[in-house]
Amino acid sequence: MSSTAIEINSKRGVWGGGNQPLKASYGKLMMWFFLLSDIFTFGAFLITYGAIRMSYPAYEGTSAEFVSSNQYWPIPEMIFDAIPLVHGGHFPLVFVGLMTFILILSSVTMVLAVEAGHRNDRGDVVKWLLWTLLGGITFLSCQAWEWSHFIHGTDEGTMIEYVNSLNRVVSETVFGANLVVNEYGPAAFAQLFFVITGFHGFHVTIGVVLLFLAFYQAAVGIYEQRGHYEMVEKIGLYWHFVDLVWVFVFTFFYLI
Amino acid sequence: MAHDHKNGLEVIPRDPAKIKKIWMTALILFIITAVEFVLAFTMPRGLLLYAIFIILTIVKAYYIMMEFMHLGEEAKPLFYSIIVPIIFLVWLVIALMKEGSEIFVMRW
Repeated sequence: MSSTAIEINSKRGVWGGGNQPLKASYGKLMMWFFLLSDIFTFGAFLITYGAIRMSYPAYEGTSAEFVSSNQYWPIPEMIFDAIPLVHGGHFPLVFVGLMTFILILSSVTMVLAVEAGHRNDRGDVVKWLLWTLLGGITFLSCQAWEWSHFIHGTDEGTMIEYVNSLNRVVSETVFGANLVVNEYGPAAFAQLFFVITGFHGFHVTIGVVLLFLAFYQAAVGIYEQRGHYEMVEKIGLYWHFVDLVWVFVFTFFYLI
Repeated sequence: MAHDHKNGLEVIPRDPAKIKKIWMTALILFIITAVEFVLAFTMPRGLLLYAIFIILTIVKAYYIMMEFMHLGEEAKPLFYSIIVPIIFLVWLVIALMKEGSEIFVMRW
């Protein structure tokens, strides 16, 4: 067959349907489109965070002398400095750093599961999916502790003057955080913390459910019967996306 | 199910080079995170530090998308339909951070 003949055939193919211009399966393509729309959602969150963060006064002074106030934006390393089992200790960013490592590691085990899926190696797929599942559950547990500590606050609390839910200006010692007032900084600080890390945690929860589904179906041999492990690949894309979002949340929330 | 193997699929043996590459990418991600961690405590806060953090984050995002999500191996139209909107999104994030600092000047 000459090259001209092939070209005519392929031109016919374009109009006749049944071709794949993006060379990806339906499922993978839809996953990419979903992820793009989810990128816009989280992009909107980061834009909101960045704009609100910059519209508040920054704390002037050294971090050692930092005192919480709702007059300026707090320094994250002085707020997120607790670790489990040690009461009132000062370990800046240690716990959230650990969470970041756990999530990146679970992303690595996920790639290994996808890679094993390409090789049709059922044993390896099940093993690596189990590690990923474990990483996801550990991350969620860490986040639950982080939230609990953030909501309940420190022993000392902070004296804050604010407008309460009855529209009265009150001055009192505030412990922990809610959507109206918090002991760490302006109300917007806790609001953004709850919305952004909460929405990310919600994604991780969905990811854990999907991972369990893939783990179960791989273990009982459904994918082997189906003839391919594409579902592992699609869930893998979603899981890496969750990791990708965390990388940005970590930078914007805990570093800047 | 149109595959020929009665006893399941044929298992292809592991390629050590491929698996090594995955762990190397993981190592790069860990090192960048560790560098961010060290910079957070050693450098004075300010525009330079924030710029370094954002650049390092984008480097990490590059490795996750290219090595873990294999976006680079997709067809070019799909690749650009994902990447181009993200580039504009990063622009919007930075533009509105600038806008936020202008609001700060007006307010205080």
